[in-house]
Amino acid sequence: MKLPIYMDNHSTTPCDPRVVDAMLPYFTEKFGNSASRNHSFGWEAEEGVDQARKHIANLIHADAKEIVFTSGATESDNLALKGVVEMYKEKGDHIITTSTEHRAVIDAAKSLEKKGVKVTYLPVDKAGRVDPDDVRNAITDKTILISIMLANNEIGTIHPIAEIGRIAKEKGVLFHCDATQGVGKIPVDVQELGVDLMSFTAHKIYGPKGIGALYVRRKAPRVRLAPMIDGGGHERGMRSGTLPVPLVVGFGKAIELCAQEMPEESVRTMALRDRLQDGIMGAMEEVYLNGHPTERLPGNLNISFAYVEGEALLMGVKEIALSSGSACTSATLEPSYVLRALGVGSDLAHSSIRFGIGRFTTPEEVEYTIDRMIKAVNHLREMSPLYEMAKEGVDLKTVQWAVH
Amino acid sequence: MAYSEKVIDHYNNPRNMGSFKKEEDGVGTGIVGAPECGDVMKLQIKVENDTIVDAKFKTFGCGSAIASSSLATEWLKGKTVDQAGQIKNTEIVQELNLPPVKIHCSVLAEDAIKAALNDYKKKADTEGETAEAATPA
Repeated sequence: MKLPIYMDNHSTTPCDPRVVDAMLPYFTEKFGNSASRNHSFGWEAEEGVDQARKHIANLIHADAKEIVFTSGATESDNLALKGVVEMYKEKGDHIITTSTEHRAVIDAAKSLEKKGVKVTYLPVDKAGRVDPDDVRNAITDKTILISIMLANNEIGTIHPIAEIGRIAKEKGVLFHCDATQGVGKIPVDVQELGVDLMSFTAHKIYGPKGIGALYVRRKAPRVRLAPMIDGGGHERGMRSGTLPVPLVVGFGKAIELCAQEMPEESVRTMALRDRLQDGIMGAMEEVYLNGHPTERLPGNLNISFAYVEGEALLMGVKEIALSSGSACTSATLEPSYVLRALGVGSDLAHSSIRFGIGRFTTPEEVEYTIDRMIKAVNHLREMSPLYEMAKEGVDLKTVQWAVH
Repeated sequence: MAYSEKVIDHYNNPRNMGSFKKEEDGVGTGIVGAPECGDVMKLQIKVENDTIVDAKFKTFGCGSAIASSSLATEWLKGKTVDQAGQIKNTEIVQELNLPPVKIHCSVLAEDAIKAALNDYKKKADTEGETAEAATPA
């Protein structure tokens, strides 16, 4: 087993070597501009792009023409929200989303709010799921877009997207889904889910960084978007700019591999995740699972370890790459807003660790992680005044803390 | 963000980690911070003849918070009560090479020292046995 261990696969994933192999010729021999219509260099590049587009469309049960390439999911989310609002502003000025979306959606919504758009941020339940009835009740005759993620990036909770899709269709409101964490890991069918726009990206599924896609429905309804980037009219005019052909080809290959391997891979990653969960939670008291017990991404595990602080815990297992909802690990010095939205107290949000099992995680790495986590938590609890007080029977909630 | 060698050393080998009984004679206890803010420090001193003869800490917080309080206990030992009151957070920052985002950890350690000293003084006053016996240096 090699150290360090990478167990932060929600953050990004390594490129699959098969993806790199597929990309390489497009840097050198097949370097053409896929928009060049008059010579074989262009045709060759275009063929690579077409094939990738087909693989991507097939995986999500869409038409190849409905795939718009972008620089990544952040751009896709921005294009979906801002593009729809700009295009449909005559129709209304209200959008609905949730409080646990990725920052790319939340911050795009906040930026629209400054321009006068009204945004409803729906709450989620303790497991992180939005109630479809809340979505229905939030819709007004001014609502032009609903944007709800498929699966949460911190806790892995999967939203009831198909149900929300039916409501959106019934009410005639466009439905965008940020599926960045779900595509390639769980089956995604845009017809079944009833989504009109969907964001996803290559680097979360063993493809290269710098390429993502926005699915834009062409029929029933035909979705129109105001572009954010003007230029040569690429991607049906919705996203101008020469396509990064090697990245597009890598994205296509990554998706092709996911399509082939998903049935086996999701079973394997879930088994490793379950072992990690049982190994850690079975060995210690006062550890809490964040997220939904079953409606969750196969590789996701998010746990709060009471009485220890997340960043200190990461430091204790520094040969394992993980992430924490602790304020100390964020730029804002606020603990995870996702965990706060579930009703997790700030103290437990500070104590949370996210594990991300991926394609290349081994059983050996999981066993090592279990062992190291138990030791690190015990070390820190021994050092923790909160643990000591709890052991003495002090109810920490009744203590008057000097909040600083 | 990478930690300094010194922070890592204090984290792996915390100095004077543990607790004194709060009621014990000559013990001053300071607890500062809040769980919601992600750091709580408990710092204790044991004073004999106006000199801190022992110190202990327990900290819930990031590596820098642990290191700041661990270092504080090292510095406290052997100091008089007055000298201890002069320890500044900036000295902790310097010693541990804390980055700007971690300065609050050193501030908390200074607060913990002050809180422990105040607790000791308050206790000593009420018990009518102020540190008069020894002459402050």
